[in-house]
Amino acid sequence: MKFNERYEPVIGLEVHAQLLTRSKAFCGCSTEFGIDPNENVCPVCLGMPGTLPVLNLQVVEFVIRMGLAVNCRIAPKSVFARKNYFYPDLPKGYQISQYEEPICSGGEIEIDLDDGTRTTVGIIRIHMEEDAGKSIHDLDVDTLVDVNRCGVPLIEIVSAPDLRSPREAYLYLSKIRQLVTYLGICDGNMEEGSLRCDANVSVRLTGADRMGTKTEVKNMNSFRNVERALEFEINRQIRLIEDGGKVVQETLLWDANQNVAVPMRSKEEAHDYRYFPDPDLVPVLVDEDWINRVKKTLPELPTAKRDRFVTVLGLPRYDADVLTADRAVAGYFETTLEMVTVRGGSDARESAKQVSNWVMTEVLRVVSERKISIAEFPVSPGRLSELLLLLRGGTISGKIAKEVFEEMCSTGDSPESIVRSKGLTQVSDAGEIEEVIARVLADNEAQVKKYLGGNVKVFGFFVGEAMKLTGGRANPKVVNDVLRKKLEALKG
Amino acid sequence: MQRTLTTYDQTRRALESGSTTCERTVEGYLESINTGKRLNAFLAVFGEKVLDEARAVDRKIAEGTAGPLAGMVVAVKDVICMRDEKVTCASKILENFVSLYDATVIERLRAADAVFIGKTNMDEFAMGSSTENSAFGAVLNPVDESRVPGGSSGGSCVAVAGGMAHTALGTDTGGSIRQPAAFCGIVGLKPTYGRVSRYGLVALSSSFDQIGPFAACVADAARVLHVMSGQDVNDSTSAAVPVPDYTAALTGNVAGLKVGVPWTVLGKGLQPEIRASVDRAVQRLREGGAHIEEIELPHSDYVISTYYILMTAEASSNLARYDGARYGYRSTTARNLSELYVQSRSEGFGQETKRRIMLGTYVLSAGYYDAYYRKAQKVRRMIQQDFFNAFENVDCVLTPTTPTTAFKFGEKTEDPLEMYLSDIFTVSANLAGLPGISVPFGKDGQGLPVGIQFVGRQFEESTILNAAYYLEQQEGR
Repeated sequence: MKFNERYEPVIGLEVHAQLLTRSKAFCGCSTEFGIDPNENVCPVCLGMPGTLPVLNLQVVEFVIRMGLAVNCRIAPKSVFARKNYFYPDLPKGYQISQYEEPICSGGEIEIDLDDGTRTTVGIIRIHMEEDAGKSIHDLDVDTLVDVNRCGVPLIEIVSAPDLRSPREAYLYLSKIRQLVTYLGICDGNMEEGSLRCDANVSVRLTGADRMGTKTEVKNMNSFRNVERALEFEINRQIRLIEDGGKVVQETLLWDANQNVAVPMRSKEEAHDYRYFPDPDLVPVLVDEDWINRVKKTLPELPTAKRDRFVTVLGLPRYDADVLTADRAVAGYFETTLEMVTVRGGSDARESAKQVSNWVMTEVLRVVSERKISIAEFPVSPGRLSELLLLLRGGTISGKIAKEVFEEMCSTGDSPESIVRSKGLTQVSDAGEIEEVIARVLADNEAQVKKYLGGNVKVFGFFVGEAMKLTGGRANPKVVNDVLRKKLEALKG
Repeated sequence: MQRTLTTYDQTRRALESGSTTCERTVEGYLESINTGKRLNAFLAVFGEKVLDEARAVDRKIAEGTAGPLAGMVVAVKDVICMRDEKVTCASKILENFVSLYDATVIERLRAADAVFIGKTNMDEFAMGSSTENSAFGAVLNPVDESRVPGGSSGGSCVAVAGGMAHTALGTDTGGSIRQPAAFCGIVGLKPTYGRVSRYGLVALSSSFDQIGPFAACVADAARVLHVMSGQDVNDSTSAAVPVPDYTAALTGNVAGLKVGVPWTVLGKGLQPEIRASVDRAVQRLREGGAHIEEIELPHSDYVISTYYILMTAEASSNLARYDGARYGYRSTTARNLSELYVQSRSEGFGQETKRRIMLGTYVLSAGYYDAYYRKAQKVRRMIQQDFFNAFENVDCVLTPTTPTTAFKFGEKTEDPLEMYLSDIFTVSANLAGLPGISVPFGKDGQGLPVGIQFVGRQFEESTILNAAYYLEQQEGR
């Protein structure tokens, strides 16, 4: 999307990630998704009179993971604060969050732009907070409230206003999703609301130092919507300024059906949250020991993994990007590769490209066709490695391997048993292949004459015929060798 | 009205000797509650339920398995949650609200075989110093029924002072245990902040609130405190400090004890008879070998204003949950969400509660936070530091509990500031998180009790209990 080039958009994102802890942030209730409304509750998360919050330390552990992954400073002491506002899905009348003293601050994330360059996006802060419940308005009856989500832990990741286009915002958000899923702290699902994003948007004349007046855009519940909503809002602001108007600081809600961002009624946004330190909770103290312990649990992060795939395994950058986009896919690839190298006694670098090709073109194709996750994919890395070893050992040809793979995907059988039961073993015996080729040459005298007359292109035709006669089982290399020898002999 | 109260120590000896039973003890108290109905101390009385509990305790006594508070009859301020019982906080907004769970203190006392006789009247949401702010009527002082019993734990105090329970649980945010104890002539103790779990205490002001006992004598207070105290996994602000045997600390020996008295603070507006009691207490302590030292508390002038900023700020947030949406009183005439909130809260809360919510909302508002809340937090730390400095030279601080003896109904209701000043000596301990005890010591010209307060170092309840015990012995009870 192109904007009026006289203007430069300035975008900062506030991303909320729902943490994958088993219990809620301040009570022992389960965080399980999708159970009946108002089941995962107790007096504490219902905000019953007299109850008190007790911090789930797993929440701290998870936010430290995120902080470390983006090079934030982890505060030795951080403080929970109350954000006060009235809403029926907020049982206490306030949300426990962090305000003046968040746990993480001052980090950065590198994102790869489409033109191959990298840019750095500042992370102002990351803090912990509890989720509110869900109000369900779109029914004929009155508003309904489901408090299961009350008290589910969130982290809020606030970026600096470093993003310069909706595309950059999209890439940044994708990077956040990649990181939180790698870290195992959030499932990254925007459609289900486990990853949520609000944007602060302004525009200014390109090259200007001062920021323009910003607006906040909320309710963008998919990656695509983030891009579209930002495009809409940037164009709206530019047009407004071009027409001699002024941008008003306000909050807009993205309406995905109408493709417009609509201002919230001013009454709803006129909040004074009256933040103050929550006297029911003690400050969160994190010492070096704790940070070091968390550091040890950090997995290899996506950028490091991708770079290793390129430098150590010798994969093309494109392959490395595709394979590391999702931690589970990378894991699938690495396990398969490891089994191929260990069982086949080969070098990882030498097998990497073959495994990469299979994972990218075959495995990911089926995964996307079936709309499943890699975890649900029926062929395990072990089975895939067996198939690749049959191929490498010459037991089957590449063409047959693909057939066997399809069969494995539908039946889940081992490649050996499929090859055995269908008689798909490759024919590499020179004597057997000589007989086949003699027949091909005898049946196609006209083509043989053409070849001998100098038309070498028909060589491929003979190979094809030989493969046909063997049902694809003939070893193409042996076919080539024998055919060449026979034709040379005919030339005399 | 003057009567000799039965202490739990006396009942315990009678239970051990078999001369009474827990059931008969409870029956006696139920009878007193009935004859003392006009005092309006109770909002709920557990008739059959407490008798069942008493009979169960009697069986345990017979089997020799009874706990350390076996047969103690306890009244509970109606701001502390008991499972399946109403917890009204003396407010219309929670008039019919039933708690889903037991407060930690209730669990601990029950596990020690105390029995609960009922829930007591109070100022609405513990906001007040006279128990005139109850939605269910004022409580009368049994010493002089034309006078207030103090507050906010007036009902719990009168339950003990009126002989309707051995002990009672109160809560003290700015003096709500010690001040009524002084007005009614019994012992009232506010523990160190963090000593007793607040889980199940409906919060007024979370950084000040503490649950503590009312008792007829210091020894009973020590016994209850021992059972109530200690860390609780459900309250992050409860302290992991070991709980000593408070009863063992009651030696009655004050020789060498260093007692600080802030004489300059006592200069202002003190009723002469109260000053006389302070002088006499000092004299007695000297006779017992204690050293009396003058101390300075330089920031005392800011105590009340600091307290009312911070307490109301926290209260405004703590009371936000009573909005008519999920439980409690809901206005029947609201037509939309905004009206539901405004009308339910306007109709459900009383005057003083609304006053404090508005004050607290104001001091937290954008543009005022720094001038009020943040500044008050700083002053709070200075007030706390005043005490820490004093405690480098003394073991405890002695003041009167209140500047006057019990006042008449309506005397201060028109002037909130005048009412707030009745907490002038008690509030500091809450601001500084320190333990404080009020022990009866002397009477004024009209026979109204005077309370002497000792404030101690954090988690040194033993020291102030023993100092109070010494004065109690001097009064020859």
